[in-house]
Amino acid sequence: MSLKSPLGTVRGLGSAKEGVQHWWAQRVTAIALIPLGLWFVISVIAMAGAGHDDMAAWLSSPFSAGLAVLLIVATFWHAMLGVQVAIEDYVHNEAMKIGLLLAIKGLLVLLGTACVLSVIVLLLQG
Amino acid sequence: MTDQTDSPVRPLSPHIQIYRWQWTMALSIFHRVTGLALVAGTLLLVWWLVAAAAGPEAFAAAQGFIGSFIGSLLLFGWSVAFFYHLCNGIRHLIWDSGKMLELVPAYRSAIAVLLGTGILTLLAWIVGLAAA
Repeated sequence: MSLKSPLGTVRGLGSAKEGVQHWWAQRVTAIALIPLGLWFVISVIAMAGAGHDDMAAWLSSPFSAGLAVLLIVATFWHAMLGVQVAIEDYVHNEAMKIGLLLAIKGLLVLLGTACVLSVIVLLLQG
Repeated sequence: MTDQTDSPVRPLSPHIQIYRWQWTMALSIFHRVTGLALVAGTLLLVWWLVAAAAGPEAFAAAQGFIGSFIGSLLLFGWSVAFFYHLCNGIRHLIWDSGKMLELVPAYRSAIAVLLGTGILTLLAWIVGLAAA
């Protein structure tokens, strides 16, 4: 039994997390992904049916490789923030929630790293 | 931790089955669904990029899968999800600025998002298939 009023309880136990930072990062990556995503789709369409040589040539340019790295970072960052919101909405067991967040965010970091390294390998090969 | 017994019993919001389906609600749910689908779709992107770095044989295998029936179907689904999430994401950014939040603009922008998704997806596939 607490002597605090409901309002006092809420004020005293505000979430104290980083909601605003999360919210802004989601928007900033979203805005970055508008041009980067369109550039990627156009590039992929231009390479429809292309072979390994065309792909290697595309990413041998520092311009394309640089945009690709930015696209990958923004994509996986935005994905992490979005998946986090979905997990926090539907998983209410604290231990399972933290476990899932760690597992999925860790997996996304691994996948993003693999993508960035692949782009660097192709850039250096060119 | 908030103790449930401390707080007065408040009425709960009715669950999703109770509500009459509305466009705005369907689009909101679809935004999350396409977002999660796009995360799953990054697996294909990872395969494609890593295969390209690994060499011509691995890349040919990845391209072969993407060109197969299942691969093309996945790619089509990915393109729909991408363009929808892009268009509706821009709608969300407009809302974040405090504009177009009233019901009529919200319905109009919903129609714009659906039209935009259809047009961009069609355009991408027409150009892509013509180029291939």
